[in-house]
Amino acid sequence: MSGPAVLPDPASEGARRYPRHWRRPPLISDGRLRWAIYAGVLLYLVVGIGAVEVNWGRLSEGWERGLRFLGGFVEPDFVSRWDDIRAGLIESLTMTLTATVVGVLISIPVGIGAARNIAPSPVYLACRALIAVSRSLQEIIVAILFVAMVGFGPLAGFLTLAFATIGFLAKLLAEDIEDIDAAQVEAIRATGAGWWQVLDYGIRSQVTPRLIGLSLYRLDINFRESAVIGIVGAGGVGATLNTALDRYEYDSAAAILILIIAIVLVTEYVSGWVRARVQ
Amino acid sequence: MAIRQTPDGPIWRKRTTPQSIALWFGWLMLVLLFVLAWEAMTRNQIWAFVWDAPEQAADLFGRMVPPRWSYMDQLWGPLWDTINIATLGTLLAIVLAVPVAFLAARNTTPSPLLVRPIAIFIIVASRSVNALIWALLLVAILGPGLLAGIIAIALRSIGFIGKLLYEAIEEIDLRQVEAIRATGAGPAQVLDYGIVPQIMPAFAGITLFRWDINIRESTVLGLVGAGGIGLQLKASVDGLAWPQVTVIFIVILATVILSEWVSARVRAALI
Repeated sequence: MSGPAVLPDPASEGARRYPRHWRRPPLISDGRLRWAIYAGVLLYLVVGIGAVEVNWGRLSEGWERGLRFLGGFVEPDFVSRWDDIRAGLIESLTMTLTATVVGVLISIPVGIGAARNIAPSPVYLACRALIAVSRSLQEIIVAILFVAMVGFGPLAGFLTLAFATIGFLAKLLAEDIEDIDAAQVEAIRATGAGWWQVLDYGIRSQVTPRLIGLSLYRLDINFRESAVIGIVGAGGVGATLNTALDRYEYDSAAAILILIIAIVLVTEYVSGWVRARVQ
Repeated sequence: MAIRQTPDGPIWRKRTTPQSIALWFGWLMLVLLFVLAWEAMTRNQIWAFVWDAPEQAADLFGRMVPPRWSYMDQLWGPLWDTINIATLGTLLAIVLAVPVAFLAARNTTPSPLLVRPIAIFIIVASRSVNALIWALLLVAILGPGLLAGIIAIALRSIGFIGKLLYEAIEEIDLRQVEAIRATGAGPAQVLDYGIVPQIMPAFAGITLFRWDINIRESTVLGLVGAGGIGLQLKASVDGLAWPQVTVIFIVILATVILSEWVSARVRAALI
């Protein structure tokens, strides 16, 4: 409260009546700014929602299809396209596993190179640039490029997922190495250990549990992504799903979705269990 | 830890012999699994396509530069659509996810046995399906367009916002709730004055984070027909118009970086 501290006249209204209501302070204290923001949000909503063209005729048709699709969930059809579904799932699972293993193997040196406390600065910059590129390109865009380079099929998917794994894992590994306890490294160095020995005994032992946990987490993510990149031709169960929807076979599509959700749940549960034991 | 006795005296080792054998066996299994998976994956691979990949890559790069900057004029509309998909989708997700989060949190759910599992199931199902797959379904049901994209983004975001928000609700300070209740407040007032102010910072952070991710995801939703700049991307890739693809990639990259910057600034201002 600012302003002159003038005591109110005891006889006046204000002094006799104590405030009986409390109002919570607004989030943005400047009143004009607050109303400007509200007006801006309202304006955006009007313009933004106005830009959405809704084809009501198409929507009413959609209801019926939506109901048929929900019906597909009640009665999923695993049988009639089982060969395609199985092939797609095997592709997805093999892609996921190989890409995670290779991705982790590449991320370890990249992650070490991107840790400021152990890497010389040219190596640091190069590794950080690689991580930045890998993180800012989405899987699906990378998949488009790899499909153009090596052709349709799971190999393009494998390359995509491995590339995406590098950005994720190397970044987290590098941050983990930067956060280690320097005293242990100092102790190992004091025994006369060389660079490799410091890495092996001083750093590796501190980051291994987290590295294993992150790798398992990435395995999870890679399976989820492997179900998507098939849409642009990079193999996996996404292609099967796309085909099923193109043929309006909602019951087969529902079966594929149920399988994807089930596998995601199982991998999430297993990787969570292993992570809890390792860390 | 284990000590091995040798003629020269005891040697310190980290693991006992059975432990190291089990560990070694585990790694062997992983290698075996990798080899099997690799074999299964590359069974139908035509390697001729792979060996000329460097030439293909060089060729592709040669076609992608120089970017066709004049194509930019046709991208402003789709870019605006993309931002709308992400923003309106996030808003719709907030409307749907907040009640779900309150139903899923152990301390606010009306019935831990009946309602909570349903709310948790909604969150899990929404989280395990990627936005692109939701879009694929919705385009088949609703037809191509912005609406399918907005709903796809919303459906995927419910799980994300719902999960992080209900975890935040479970971590609130119960003494504040107790204090509000002690003033004679009803359940709605307890919610309003005791719980909501505590989770507001987490809520703002989660929402901004998700908006940022949604901008990223909505740029590719058009690949399956759900509107936005992805439609142009698909048309250009299918038409082998690589100089246009480069322009689109640059626009997407710039949008993503800009949205990251905006959300970081807003977060710093709010929290």
